[in-house]
Amino acid sequence: MTAYAAHVEVSHRPGIADPAGATVERALPALGYTNVDRVHIGKVIRLVVDAADAAAARAQVEEMCEHLLANPVIESYEVTISELEPAS
Amino acid sequence: MSPLVGVVQFPGTNCELDVQWAIESLGGHAELCWHGDSALGAVDAVVLPGGFAHGDYLRTGALARFSPVMAAVTEFAAGGGPVVGICNGFQVLTEARLLPGALQKNAGLKFLCETVELRVETTTTVLTGECTAGQRLRVPINHFEGNYVCDPDTLAQLRAEERVVVRYVDNPNGSLDDIAGVCNAGRNVVGLMPHPERASDALLGSTDGVVMLRSLLAAAGARVAP
Repeated sequence: MTAYAAHVEVSHRPGIADPAGATVERALPALGYTNVDRVHIGKVIRLVVDAADAAAARAQVEEMCEHLLANPVIESYEVTISELEPAS
Repeated sequence: MSPLVGVVQFPGTNCELDVQWAIESLGGHAELCWHGDSALGAVDAVVLPGGFAHGDYLRTGALARFSPVMAAVTEFAAGGGPVVGICNGFQVLTEARLLPGALQKNAGLKFLCETVELRVETTTTVLTGECTAGQRLRVPINHFEGNYVCDPDTLAQLRAEERVVVRYVDNPNGSLDDIAGVCNAGRNVVGLMPHPERASDALLGSTDGVVMLRSLLAAAGARVAP
């Protein structure tokens, strides 16, 4: 088994309003940033899984996303898997 | 014999005693059900009250769904038992997939604590059986995540099957189609953001929630009667 670091990015599904992102977008021009558009606020979840290979790690983390880490009704997710460097 | 209402208590729930008081002031019995118990006991109805179950960590209601009691609530609901989720309880019911859609942050990003006017849209649910269609009720809301969303197909289905139970007369939080509460296909599971128990005594400023709680007791009582 190998340790894999998973980086899960959870964001609003397209078409679902993102009130936090919209509010930040309205606030930025007050600081002089008038060229900003499409601000979205999501969340990042990091975890480490032991798995036979990267594909198995990904499959398991995606299953976690479907069941708990994201709410598929309003959220989408993106999983990035990388092999954790063994402590030397 | 008056009906017994189980009031579920998760770590972080904070409206359970209000609900219990309101139910008992209307002649019902109410007992608290700890979230860690896997059985509900001989209850005739279940209320998931407001609060911050499991600290609202990850998402509101997301972790509560995995509490042992929720398997019993799901089974009770599947058998036609009346189940009502108020505020955080509504959020738990959507996360548990007992009700469609989801509740996200209010459109104005403000925590809302005010009394709103509701319109009863259907009287064939366990929470509105004693209401009249179109009845206006003044009931408090108290939430940050009460903005109801669902996909267009689900909305069309909710409308076609008359499963929007109550709508806001003046939408305070950006909810899709002014939805304040919905029910399942069996009409025995209802979730709503407003708090009927906080409008159950003249001292609280409104008694408009009483008709909803009476409806629930009537639905629960119908199960007691042989």
